[in-house]
Amino acid sequence: MQLLIDTLSWGFILAGVFFVFTGTLGMLRLPDFYTRLHGAGITDTLGTELLLIAMMLQAGWSLVTVKLAMISLFIFFTSPTATHALANAANSVGLRPFGVPAKDLESGNGEKR
Amino acid sequence: MMFAVAAAGLIIPMLMALARGLMGPTLYDRVLAGNSFGTKTVLLIAVLGFIGGRPDFLDIALLYALMNFVGTIAILKFFRYRNLGIAGDAENGNGNGGVK
Repeated sequence: MQLLIDTLSWGFILAGVFFVFTGTLGMLRLPDFYTRLHGAGITDTLGTELLLIAMMLQAGWSLVTVKLAMISLFIFFTSPTATHALANAANSVGLRPFGVPAKDLESGNGEKR
Repeated sequence: MMFAVAAAGLIIPMLMALARGLMGPTLYDRVLAGNSFGTKTVLLIAVLGFIGGRPDFLDIALLYALMNFVGTIAILKFFRYRNLGIAGDAENGNGNGGVK
Protein backbone atom coordinates (compact mmCIF):
# COMPACT_ATOMS: atom_id res chain seq x y z
CA MET A 1 0.00 0.00 0.00
CA GLN A 2 2.80 2.37 0.87
CA LEU A 3 4.53 1.46 -2.37
CA LEU A 4 1.38 2.32 -4.33
CA ILE A 5 1.07 5.71 -2.59
CA ASP A 6 4.73 6.48 -3.20
CA THR A 7 4.49 5.54 -6.87
CA LEU A 8 1.41 7.70 -7.32
CA SER A 9 3.13 10.58 -5.53
CA TRP A 10 6.17 10.29 -7.79
CA GLY A 11 3.90 10.36 -10.82
CA PHE A 12 2.02 13.42 -9.63
CA ILE A 13 5.22 15.25 -8.63
CA LEU A 14 6.94 14.56 -11.94
CA ALA A 15 3.85 15.62 -13.88
CA GLY A 16 3.46 18.74 -11.74
CA VAL A 17 7.12 19.73 -12.11
CA PHE A 18 6.83 19.14 -15.86
CA PHE A 19 3.81 21.43 -16.17
CA VAL A 20 5.30 24.11 -13.90
CA PHE A 21 8.49 24.09 -15.97
CA THR A 22 6.60 24.12 -19.28
CA GLY A 23 4.32 26.97 -18.27
CA THR A 24 7.20 29.07 -16.98
CA LEU A 25 9.22 28.36 -20.11
CA GLY A 26 6.26 29.60 -22.10
CA MET A 27 6.09 32.69 -19.91
CA LEU A 28 9.77 33.32 -20.60
CA ARG A 29 9.89 32.59 -24.32
CA LEU A 30 6.54 33.45 -25.91
CA PRO A 31 6.48 36.68 -27.92
CA ASP A 32 3.54 38.62 -26.51
CA PHE A 33 1.89 39.50 -23.21
CA TYR A 34 -1.32 37.57 -23.92
CA THR A 35 0.55 34.43 -24.96
CA ARG A 36 2.67 34.69 -21.81
CA LEU A 37 -0.56 34.88 -19.85
CA HIS A 38 -1.59 31.62 -21.46
CA GLY A 39 1.68 30.01 -20.40
CA ALA A 40 1.34 31.21 -16.83
CA GLY A 41 -2.16 29.74 -16.64
CA ILE A 42 -0.75 26.24 -17.11
CA THR A 43 1.53 26.74 -14.13
CA ASP A 44 -1.12 28.20 -11.89
CA THR A 45 -3.82 25.58 -12.32
CA LEU A 46 -2.46 22.28 -13.62
CA GLY A 47 1.05 22.24 -12.10
CA THR A 48 -0.07 23.60 -8.75
CA GLU A 49 -2.95 21.20 -8.38
CA LEU A 50 -0.84 18.17 -9.33
CA LEU A 51 1.89 19.05 -6.81
CA LEU A 52 -0.68 19.66 -4.06
CA ILE A 53 -2.37 16.32 -4.81
CA ALA A 54 1.02 14.60 -4.47
CA MET A 55 1.54 16.28 -1.09
CA MET A 56 -1.97 15.25 -0.01
CA LEU A 57 -1.17 11.62 -0.87
CA GLN A 58 1.94 11.77 1.28
CA ALA A 59 0.16 13.43 4.20
CA GLY A 60 -2.62 10.88 4.53
CA TRP A 61 -5.87 11.61 6.37
CA SER A 62 -4.99 14.43 8.73
CA LEU A 63 -5.29 18.16 9.29
CA VAL A 64 -2.44 18.67 6.83
CA THR A 65 -4.61 17.33 4.02
CA VAL A 66 -7.37 19.75 4.95
CA LYS A 67 -4.94 22.67 4.82
CA LEU A 68 -3.57 21.50 1.47
CA ALA A 69 -7.12 21.21 0.14
CA MET A 70 -7.81 24.77 1.29
CA ILE A 71 -4.70 26.05 -0.52
CA SER A 72 -5.69 24.07 -3.60
CA LEU A 73 -9.24 25.43 -3.61
CA PHE A 74 -8.06 29.00 -3.04
CA ILE A 75 -5.53 28.92 -5.87
CA PHE A 76 -8.05 27.15 -8.10
CA PHE A 77 -10.42 30.11 -7.80
CA THR A 78 -8.10 33.09 -7.47
CA SER A 79 -5.62 32.25 -10.22
CA PRO A 80 -8.13 32.56 -13.10
CA THR A 81 -9.48 35.68 -11.43
CA ALA A 82 -6.04 37.29 -11.34
CA THR A 83 -5.40 36.22 -14.94
CA HIS A 84 -8.68 37.76 -16.05
CA ALA A 85 -7.95 40.97 -14.16
CA LEU A 86 -4.50 41.20 -15.80
CA ALA A 87 -5.86 40.57 -19.30
CA ASN A 88 -8.68 43.05 -18.75
CA ALA A 89 -6.31 45.72 -17.46
CA ALA A 90 -3.88 45.23 -20.34
CA ASN A 91 -6.70 45.27 -22.90
CA SER A 92 -8.30 48.38 -21.47
CA VAL A 93 -5.11 50.41 -21.84
CA GLY A 94 -4.82 49.38 -25.49
CA LEU A 95 -2.21 46.62 -25.52
CA ARG A 96 -2.85 44.78 -28.80
CA PRO A 97 -2.18 41.07 -29.36
CA PHE A 98 0.87 40.12 -31.37
CA GLY A 99 0.40 38.33 -34.69
CA VAL A 100 -3.13 39.51 -35.44
CA PRO A 101 -3.50 39.62 -39.27
CA ALA A 102 -3.16 43.07 -40.79
CA LYS A 103 -6.68 43.08 -42.25
CA ASP A 104 -8.13 42.59 -38.77
CA LEU A 105 -6.21 45.57 -37.48
CA GLU A 106 -7.22 47.74 -40.44
CA SER A 107 -10.89 46.87 -40.13
CA GLY A 108 -10.78 47.69 -36.43
CA ASN A 109 -10.43 51.08 -34.86
CA GLY A 110 -7.07 51.64 -36.50
CA GLU A 111 -4.83 51.08 -33.50
CA LYS A 112 -1.60 49.44 -34.54
CA ARG A 113 1.00 48.30 -32.08
CA MET B 1 13.78 12.42 -2.01
CA MET B 2 10.66 13.11 -4.00
CA PHE B 3 10.18 16.46 -2.31
CA ALA B 4 13.77 17.39 -3.08
CA VAL B 5 12.95 16.81 -6.75
CA ALA B 6 9.83 18.95 -6.36
CA ALA B 7 11.82 21.75 -4.68
CA ALA B 8 14.44 21.71 -7.44
CA GLY B 9 11.68 21.67 -10.03
CA LEU B 10 10.17 24.75 -8.39
CA ILE B 11 13.32 26.81 -7.82
CA ILE B 12 14.40 26.73 -11.48
CA PRO B 13 11.01 28.00 -12.77
CA MET B 14 11.10 30.64 -10.01
CA LEU B 15 14.40 31.93 -11.41
CA MET B 16 12.87 31.91 -14.91
CA ALA B 17 9.85 33.88 -13.70
CA LEU B 18 12.24 36.32 -12.01
CA ALA B 19 14.06 36.78 -15.32
CA ARG B 20 10.77 37.57 -17.05
CA GLY B 21 9.93 40.03 -14.31
CA LEU B 22 13.26 41.79 -14.70
CA MET B 23 13.18 42.07 -18.49
CA GLY B 24 9.43 42.24 -19.09
CA PRO B 25 8.77 44.97 -21.63
CA THR B 26 5.45 46.14 -20.20
CA LEU B 27 4.14 46.67 -16.70
CA TYR B 28 1.69 43.79 -17.09
CA ASP B 29 4.48 41.34 -17.87
CA ARG B 30 6.10 42.27 -14.59
CA VAL B 31 2.86 41.92 -12.64
CA LEU B 32 2.25 38.55 -14.28
CA ALA B 33 5.77 37.41 -13.38
CA GLY B 34 5.26 38.55 -9.79
CA ASN B 35 1.98 36.68 -9.55
CA SER B 36 3.46 33.51 -10.99
CA PHE B 37 6.50 33.81 -8.72
CA GLY B 38 4.18 34.09 -5.72
CA THR B 39 2.24 30.99 -6.70
CA LYS B 40 5.47 29.02 -6.98
CA THR B 41 6.57 30.42 -3.62
CA VAL B 42 3.40 29.02 -2.02
CA LEU B 43 4.26 25.60 -3.40
CA LEU B 44 7.88 25.90 -2.34
CA ILE B 45 6.93 26.79 1.25
CA ALA B 46 4.65 23.74 1.40
CA VAL B 47 7.34 21.47 -0.09
CA LEU B 48 9.99 22.79 2.31
CA GLY B 49 7.65 22.04 5.19
CA PHE B 50 7.42 18.44 4.02
CA ILE B 51 11.21 18.23 3.59
CA GLY B 52 11.84 19.48 7.10
CA GLY B 53 9.18 17.20 8.55
CA ARG B 54 7.16 20.14 9.85
CA PRO B 55 3.95 20.53 7.79
CA ASP B 56 2.96 23.46 10.03
CA PHE B 57 4.40 25.68 7.32
CA LEU B 58 1.15 25.18 5.40
CA ASP B 59 -0.46 27.99 7.38
CA ILE B 60 2.23 30.33 6.10
CA ALA B 61 1.68 29.02 2.57
CA LEU B 62 -2.05 29.69 2.80
CA LEU B 63 -1.41 33.21 4.09
CA TYR B 64 1.07 33.79 1.28
CA ALA B 65 -1.51 32.69 -1.30
CA LEU B 66 -3.99 35.20 0.13
CA MET B 67 -1.42 38.01 0.13
CA ASN B 68 -0.35 37.18 -3.42
CA PHE B 69 -3.87 37.47 -4.82
CA VAL B 70 -4.77 40.62 -2.91
CA GLY B 71 -1.43 42.20 -3.82
CA THR B 72 -1.89 41.51 -7.53
CA ILE B 73 -5.36 43.02 -7.56
CA ALA B 74 -4.15 46.00 -5.52
CA ILE B 75 -1.27 46.68 -7.92
CA LEU B 76 -3.61 46.51 -10.92
CA LYS B 77 -6.10 48.84 -9.25
CA PHE B 78 -3.40 51.27 -8.25
CA PHE B 79 -1.91 51.53 -11.71
CA ARG B 80 -5.33 52.01 -13.26
CA TYR B 81 -6.80 54.57 -10.88
CA ARG B 82 -3.64 55.89 -9.16
CA ASN B 83 -5.53 55.51 -5.91
CA LEU B 84 -6.44 52.60 -3.68
CA GLY B 85 -9.12 54.23 -1.55
CA ILE B 86 -11.64 55.37 -4.11
CA ALA B 87 -14.19 53.03 -5.62
CA GLY B 88 -13.25 52.93 -9.27
CA ASP B 89 -15.63 53.63 -12.12
CA ALA B 90 -15.06 51.13 -14.89
CA GLU B 91 -16.99 53.15 -17.48
CA ASN B 92 -14.86 56.25 -17.79
CA GLY B 93 -11.96 55.21 -15.60
CA ASN B 94 -11.45 58.54 -13.88
CA GLY B 95 -11.33 56.91 -10.48
CA ASN B 96 -13.73 59.31 -8.84
CA GLY B 97 -16.67 56.98 -8.66
CA GLY B 98 -18.53 58.83 -11.39
CA VAL B 99 -17.98 62.26 -9.82
CA LYS B 100 -16.49 64.62 -12.36
